[in-house]
Amino acid sequence: MSDSTALAHAEHGHEEHPSYLRHHFENVEQQADAAGFAMWLFLLTEVMFFGGLFTAYLIYRNWYYPAFVQASHQLDIFWGTLNTAVLITSSFTMAMGVWCAETRRRSGLVFCLILTFILGIGFLGIKTIEYKEKIDKHHVPGFHYSLQSFTNPQSDPEIYEKYHDKPLALDMARHTEVYFSLYFVMTGMHALHMIIGIAILGFMIFRARGGAYTNGHVTFVENFGLYWHFVDIVWIFLFPLLYLISRHQ
Amino acid sequence: MSATIVTLPDQSTARIPKVNFITKENGLLSWLLTGDHKRIAILYLISITFFFFIGGALAGLIRLELLTPQADLMATDTYNKVFTMHGVIMIFFFLVPSVPATLGNFFIPLMIGAKDLALPKINLLSWYLYMAAGMLAIYTMATGGVDTGWTFTTPLSTHYVNTNVLTTGLAVFIAGFSSIFTGLNFIVTIHKMRCPGMTWFRMPLFVWAHYAASILMVLGTPVLAIAIVLVALERTIGIGVFDPTKGGDPLLFQHLFWFYSHPAVYIMILPGMGVISETISTFSRKRVFGYTAVAFSSVAIAVFGFFVWAHHMFIMGISNYSMLVFSLLTMLVAVPSAIKIFNWTFTLYKGSITFETPMLYTFGFMGLFTIGGLTGVFLGTSGTDIHLTETYFIVAHFHFVMVGGMLMAFLAGIHFWWPKMTGRMYPEKISQLAAVVTFIGFNLTFFPQFILGTLGMPRRYAAYPPEFQVLNVFSTAGATILGVGYLLPILYLTWSLKYGAIAGSNPWQATGLEWQIQSPPLTENFAVTPIMDHECYDYEWLEKQTEKEVASVG
Repeated sequence: MSDSTALAHAEHGHEEHPSYLRHHFENVEQQADAAGFAMWLFLLTEVMFFGGLFTAYLIYRNWYYPAFVQASHQLDIFWGTLNTAVLITSSFTMAMGVWCAETRRRSGLVFCLILTFILGIGFLGIKTIEYKEKIDKHHVPGFHYSLQSFTNPQSDPEIYEKYHDKPLALDMARHTEVYFSLYFVMTGMHALHMIIGIAILGFMIFRARGGAYTNGHVTFVENFGLYWHFVDIVWIFLFPLLYLISRHQ
Repeated sequence: MSATIVTLPDQSTARIPKVNFITKENGLLSWLLTGDHKRIAILYLISITFFFFIGGALAGLIRLELLTPQADLMATDTYNKVFTMHGVIMIFFFLVPSVPATLGNFFIPLMIGAKDLALPKINLLSWYLYMAAGMLAIYTMATGGVDTGWTFTTPLSTHYVNTNVLTTGLAVFIAGFSSIFTGLNFIVTIHKMRCPGMTWFRMPLFVWAHYAASILMVLGTPVLAIAIVLVALERTIGIGVFDPTKGGDPLLFQHLFWFYSHPAVYIMILPGMGVISETISTFSRKRVFGYTAVAFSSVAIAVFGFFVWAHHMFIMGISNYSMLVFSLLTMLVAVPSAIKIFNWTFTLYKGSITFETPMLYTFGFMGLFTIGGLTGVFLGTSGTDIHLTETYFIVAHFHFVMVGGMLMAFLAGIHFWWPKMTGRMYPEKISQLAAVVTFIGFNLTFFPQFILGTLGMPRRYAAYPPEFQVLNVFSTAGATILGVGYLLPILYLTWSLKYGAIAGSNPWQATGLEWQIQSPPLTENFAVTPIMDHECYDYEWLEKQTEKEVASVG
């Protein structure tokens, strides 16, 4: 053992060894490279995960177009847009956080992470308001699902005044449940990713205050930033698909 | 039989190196909290063996029930649960992690000259996820099991059964993440951790095969995850994505499920093919014929593997056009598979072949995989498939590939690398016997099932018409022999841990980097970062090395 250790040390010569360099890497660049690559691969698995849902969405949208259009009228554009803005801002604060970490600004990093944390919570708060609306109107798929708003649009005056929807035939109206199934699964999976992200953010704030990430070892912050932006991008796709397209047909 | 190539050190003086990855630290915690890829591989090896025995016991029950035409050993409901749990355990808890998580985990860093996998903590996490999932699966079995078949087919799984679909689904979901992390770790390691001089085309084909399998793990498994999430939500709160009464389509579940589960077949077989490339080269003393073709055929199998999933659905009401396309694409997979088989055969040509145990298993693999693969082409032909699907022909086909192919390859690999992992040889004669017993038992078990399938015996029933009994008795008898064939290695390999001959660093005179270091290896693998200055499978280089060593020692 002592021989091999000595050899290994001789091999490295006089290079400086930062404490965060793991034993099995040759140098810091290789370590950061590997971690970044792994993160991108992980995001690829996430793309495939959401990909299954997007596939389902595309198929059913093609089959049940009128149901999808009318069901999308139930979503509130104001809250959706606000949430998009909140999320994009949080991506900006996160990017600033990564920059602060790279330039070794501890208080800046903590500030940015806290902002991101708050914006993330804000997003979930707004989402809760939206979910509550659906629950009140019995638009949650399952046992209590109600077709009232689609077979008899006038019963839902708030929406009717805006869009003047014609009643859907019972057969097509039933398929709005598929729309809401997808709505809840897609936004729910997205929200789950947000919750996980917020939990990690909390952990990072705690550590950043102690000076972690601003000592030159920024891999964790960078990779978390990638994750956060990914979750953001998923929403960037969800927002138009669920709220915007074909809304006025 | 010709002379062997085994060269062991003088047993009277040879010792296992005092410092190695096993002796470095002691105590249970040093194993449970380890970051060392070799120790994690050993943890995996012990756990998958455990699950293999549970799955094997269930297989034994199935064969015992099918000994007689009536359903007399167990209730038909119980039979459904038994074959479901057999499938779930064997696929998700044995075959998928078998070679990658044990041999791949152990040898990929060694083969590419790295000190460890790129993400040791993720590697350990993947084992814990695997164990959590496995324990959950055993819990579901103990509390009533599940009877949907391992395919969780909707609407059966979402509406009609009252068994533990949710917990089993959760177990598969978690096991999926364990597999994703293994694959991800391999890809990063192979990209970023190769030693100086280790170019892509100097890597052993074992590494290439794992690279291809890892792509499948990373891209396929998340789709299974989302399919399971949707089944769970449909079962609990009643969303309508797969429910025809609400406008959902059960076929969508099939698409999502097989988008993973067909590539999963290649996740299971590709690492096995990697093992075969290593053993066939070592025991015929030749570079693998058509190295580049074999390397790329692994990647080709991975890529084609993603475009054939609908051949599992020919009788489920997909359109004739997609049937045509998927039928053609399915046959395309036969091409890279055949490239491998032919190249291995050419490797044998004019080689100096010896018949150590790993080579016997390798021959077993080549024969059985060829039969399994070719019957796959029958089944890929839509007309034949409609006749044969849901019969024992299917059962025989995939057992030829998975058991005849993958399990043979796994055993070939375990025997081949056993001296490197433990520092001791397994007993040669009895293990050769075990290899032959396995081969005979396997054929006796599964060949009659091809005939049963063509005669029309459906799968997944506890009872069958009496005229099928003779062949079923053959099959059950074969299963008994097969059981002995699998029990033997457990016994003598355990025995060899203490009493086996000291292996020395390179008993097979093999060329891989893993054979140029002590056995068992040091925790840090290489005392000095190796430099790859030759092609792989270069037996002349090895000879020169040996000469040099002799000269310097002398």
